[in-house]
Amino acid sequence: MKAKEFVEGLKDTLPIMVGVFPFGLAYGIVAQSIGLSSGETLLMSLLVFAGAAQFISLPMFAEGAGMIMIAITALLVNLRHLLMGMSLAPYMKGLSLPHKALLTFGMADETYAVTISRAQANGYSSAYHLGSNAAGYVTWVVSTTGGILLGSCIHDPLSWGLDFAMPATFLALLIPRLTGKINILVCLAAAVVSIMAAVAIPGKWYIIIACLAAATAGGIMEGAENDEN
Amino acid sequence: MMRTEVVITIVAMAVVTFLTRFTSPVILGGAGISSRFKRFLKHVPTAILTALIAPTLFAPHGYVEVSTGNSYLIAGTIAAILAYFRQPPLVTMGGGMAAMLALRSFGL
Repeated sequence: MKAKEFVEGLKDTLPIMVGVFPFGLAYGIVAQSIGLSSGETLLMSLLVFAGAAQFISLPMFAEGAGMIMIAITALLVNLRHLLMGMSLAPYMKGLSLPHKALLTFGMADETYAVTISRAQANGYSSAYHLGSNAAGYVTWVVSTTGGILLGSCIHDPLSWGLDFAMPATFLALLIPRLTGKINILVCLAAAVVSIMAAVAIPGKWYIIIACLAAATAGGIMEGAENDEN
Repeated sequence: MMRTEVVITIVAMAVVTFLTRFTSPVILGGAGISSRFKRFLKHVPTAILTALIAPTLFAPHGYVEVSTGNSYLIAGTIAAILAYFRQPPLVTMGGGMAAMLALRSFGL
């Protein structure tokens, strides 16, 4: 374990996590407002450690959705980790299985971005990787705890506009992705299918249905475009 | 206070989430995904982000509302414009929520 590289990983990741802090606060506050206990709210951040999936689960918990639906939705939201893992895999080849398990548990959008940039620029270091993950994990747990504490002071989060925190967060992530024809078509397809399914089908199935339909359409369009070239 | 069924659901979320992280570096070694599945995966983030928010913005009460009375759609449009002009996520989030707050306090 190289302490210097661990600290470097921490230092490179913390500035990025400043932007994640408000999301953690918002998650903690909204989770309280929909009726999760403080213990349940914190447990989810400790075990799941995935902001988008956690946020999405909240309205589902509020509606009393079943475990299967909540888990499938979390799986879909987190499928992007497969791609991130593929680019890290060659660097992690020589590590033991428990070491790999520990390091992959901490994979998030931010820690992945920091770790892969360093690996490509100055070579991979598992101590650096762990430092980056530790910064991400601690920030997420601390900001969740802050949200839980704030949530007990805010009695009507709706009147603070907090129910809009999640759509606003996702818009901030979605809009920059809409470059090029296929991305925009995937977005339009997902919008039309999800709105129709949300109106027609009870529960939150519209998320899974629209995601599968639009991502499949995107994959087919991209495949067809590759064949033309 | 922890309810058993909530804890079980959280553990299920944790297990599937860990699998998405663990699978590529350990089980596949980074080489085992078909190019067709890769093309599908590439579009999952855009598809799911849209699917998550479109019904909230366009049909917040379970039916389609495209009108000036729909505060979710107005606040969403403002947030989308901020995001389009490459404002940091915090500005997009704050702007959207401030718009929501303003619309509510004017009784819309």
